[in-house]
Amino acid sequence: MHKSHPPSAAPATAAASDPPALKLAAALQLLRQSGRDVPDPSSLDRVAWLQAVVDGLCELSSRDPLTGVWNRRQFDVALTGEIDRVARAGEAALVLMIDIDHFKSVNDTHGHAAGDVVLKEVAQALRECIRPMDTLARVGGDEFAMILPNCPPSFGHVVAERVRMKVQRRSVEIAPGESINVTVSIGGAFAPQWVRSSAPLWVERADQQLYLAKQSGRNRACLEKPMVSLVSAEEKGLLFGTSQYQDLE
Amino acid sequence: MSSSDNSASAAAAPPAKRARIIALTSGKGGVGKTFMSANLAAALARRNLRVLVLDADLGLANLDVVLNLHPKITLHDVFTGKNHLEDAILPAPGGFSVLLAGSGLVEYSRLTPQVREQLVGIIETVAPRFDIILLDTGAGISDVVLYSVSLADEVLIVATPEPTSMTDAYATIKVLATHQQRRAIGIVVNQVSRVGEGRAIRGQLQLVVDRFVPAMLPAGDTAPKLELIGEVPLDGAVREAVQKRQLLLEALPGAPAARAIEIVATRLAP
Repeated sequence: MHKSHPPSAAPATAAASDPPALKLAAALQLLRQSGRDVPDPSSLDRVAWLQAVVDGLCELSSRDPLTGVWNRRQFDVALTGEIDRVARAGEAALVLMIDIDHFKSVNDTHGHAAGDVVLKEVAQALRECIRPMDTLARVGGDEFAMILPNCPPSFGHVVAERVRMKVQRRSVEIAPGESINVTVSIGGAFAPQWVRSSAPLWVERADQQLYLAKQSGRNRACLEKPMVSLVSAEEKGLLFGTSQYQDLE
Repeated sequence: MSSSDNSASAAAAPPAKRARIIALTSGKGGVGKTFMSANLAAALARRNLRVLVLDADLGLANLDVVLNLHPKITLHDVFTGKNHLEDAILPAPGGFSVLLAGSGLVEYSRLTPQVREQLVGIIETVAPRFDIILLDTGAGISDVVLYSVSLADEVLIVATPEPTSMTDAYATIKVLATHQQRRAIGIVVNQVSRVGEGRAIRGQLQLVVDRFVPAMLPAGDTAPKLELIGEVPLDGAVREAVQKRQLLLEALPGAPAARAIEIVATRLAP
């Protein structure tokens, strides 16, 4: 019965016919403001249209508006999911906490608009480092985080260094003709193979490494020592050597 | 200050006595760790020590099964604030106390900042009331195990002569040396089939530790020293007691394994 209304009139009409608690008008305005496509209510049936609006809102509430990467909320959801996956599959996963060095002085020297450009450019540099299965999020003012599933401990340093270099090499144009370079400090921790841990403790371990990276001069990556729980063939060889259980005392 | 002043103040305020906290861990499951915790507690209790065994596996241990206890109030109820800690401390058959986590509480079998805080708080609260607290940790090398071991003053690794058990014991020693800077680790070898086998296994583990672990430590740090606390023979009486769901020390105190556990207790608390 709303088919004759132009799409722009849809919010008010839809809101009027729904319980006021649904706040559809506000929802549609939020979606439009964020530059997302608002589905045309006449092109879909009512349920499909509502679903599209809900999907849009979910996406909106999971993204950082400035940089477009996931936000803290979505990061926490992904991290908890990853803990469950590691516990089941037993593959190591890496969390990186990435903090822009001296970000405050960028804001103080060049202004907040320049600070926003730096955040967007760093986000873009980080986006170029990740695989489709990875999660990149902005988790604080100048702090980003990455979840890298299925990342063996032996690859950790290479991955973290690649991220660090990618940011360092990117020239950020904060004003026409004025470019600066920023660096990041990175802290990383692996979810060990037999994990009965929880998301906050995993992040806490990565944060400790980030603190170390900052303390030791910034623009560097510190990773928690991976568990040494694997026993090599060489170690087993000696443990069960030719003279098995030989009394050595 | 004269020595008489010192003794006077010591008499007025005796130094706070706190339990020795000993973690029993193994790497591999099924080596008799919980059996050892319970019977060792009984042996220590016979030496007039106030002993508490805490299910530090947060509900995945079978301490309740070994002791044939059906607790109404568990660590879980203390964590959630439903009950007081006092009501969860139960008397066990061997003359010691237990704090059980209750089985199958999967959501509490994971370490969270809250559980971590609660656990350390509980241990600090009960420590002044006991002489020895045994932490019966879980199998494997999980965050839960490593955290509960980190709360202990001493670590006792329970191993058997099985190659898989020895490998996992060695892996555990490596992790404790590198992540917790442990410099002394006790070993109890369970299910030995000949006298002296425990000593040989300790020697072999020490050999591999000395060869490989120093390279994993910061320069100048020394590899942990392994100390054989005792060996317990393979003994049919153990199976008999476990099936009756009784402590070996209560059911068959004269059995060779029971006597060996008494010796372990003597070494731990001379």
